[in-house]
Amino acid sequence: MIALFFRDLKLSVRAGGGAMIGVLFFMTVVSVIPFGVGPDLNLLARIGAAILWIGALLASLLGLDRLFQGEREDGSLDLMLMHETPLVLTVFVKCAAHWAATGLPLVVASPFLGLFMNMDELAIGATMLTLLAGTPAITFIGAVGAAVAVALPRGGLLVSILVLPLAIPVLIFGVSAVYAAIEDPAPFLPPFMILMAITLFFAVIGPVAAAAALRHSAD
Amino acid sequence: MRLLVESLSARRGEDLIFHDISFVLATGEALVVTGPNGSGKSTLLRVLAGLLQAESGRVSLKDGPSGVEHPRELSHYLGHRNAMKRELTVAENLSFWRRFLGNSPGGSGIDLAAAAAAVGLAGIIHLPFGYLSAGQQRRMAMAKLLVAYRPIWILDEPTAALDAGADRLFAGLVAGHLERGGMVIAATHQSLGIGQAKTLQMTGFAH
Repeated sequence: MIALFFRDLKLSVRAGGGAMIGVLFFMTVVSVIPFGVGPDLNLLARIGAAILWIGALLASLLGLDRLFQGEREDGSLDLMLMHETPLVLTVFVKCAAHWAATGLPLVVASPFLGLFMNMDELAIGATMLTLLAGTPAITFIGAVGAAVAVALPRGGLLVSILVLPLAIPVLIFGVSAVYAAIEDPAPFLPPFMILMAITLFFAVIGPVAAAAALRHSAD
Repeated sequence: MRLLVESLSARRGEDLIFHDISFVLATGEALVVTGPNGSGKSTLLRVLAGLLQAESGRVSLKDGPSGVEHPRELSHYLGHRNAMKRELTVAENLSFWRRFLGNSPGGSGIDLAAAAAAVGLAGIIHLPFGYLSAGQQRRMAMAKLLVAYRPIWILDEPTAALDAGADRLFAGLVAGHLERGGMVIAATHQSLGIGQAKTLQMTGFAH
């Protein structure tokens, strides 16, 4: 399983792997917002957390369709299905590797992009923390979509459409936790705890559902 | 150890692909599945590998190691696709499968360099898999059978894209595996050069 984790990490940083694509897309989305909204620093600071979260959500959706499709195309998926290790565990490890390669760079990049949005230190810290807690949930939800669409040749957009509604709660609680941290009366912990609960919930449900979908995709 | 296949039939969509296939394979025996295109050779192998649900009948192991639920856990499956990543080097690919698959009870895989030498491609395992020719890729996919031990080899057209020399080399690998008490089930058009193999002729259904 450790071998699988490191192989997937290696694959995502090699040519065509797509680990950097997500970060570049994230940077693009966030850095065009000030041009569209205009140079109103207060407005940018106010919407900054939401923009960062939306950017991170879209960027994490970007590479999800390849999660199982590459394995299927070259036949590796067959061997994983045959192996005595429960498929759920294999899927979980693949999700973890995918998050480490595409989700973690988004978290790391978010403080720099926060500066573009004129956010203060507290807001940047809170955004980073909520992204760290929330982006794994997007990967786990996305794994289900990726597994359902694995047999479709152009499943990319379908995965995003399938996944986006389920990822909305992650976005809502992520952004509300950031606002709770910077605006005084609202408490930070309740929305943050719910965000973590969502992540833990999908860390269990996601791999189970994805494994079931992969079992039935075999032809 | 014996592999029992009892009145197996499989369906794809609405069509019954094959019906009522039974055979027994003991250690050291090989089964060659022949038949025209579309007669269900690949489907049969995928059912044996546990990748497709059988319509009826069952596949089981007798006198096998304890704790094995389905023969697929003791099987190597070499399908039409090689299950190797083009972006990684051959050595990275092989060592991943070696670690991921692990050895079945009763044997151990040989190391990467020896496996590459066994398929006649020693010295190029540092190259990315995508740089190799189709025949070399196929040979390296066979090396994957050697790096992790599995008693049962399920091979679907293993010698497609191979030259005559590689055919002989592959026949040698299969013979060696059988000698060590393995089992081989292969679908093929060419003869595998296995002397005492059982054959199963798939006829398909007339539509």
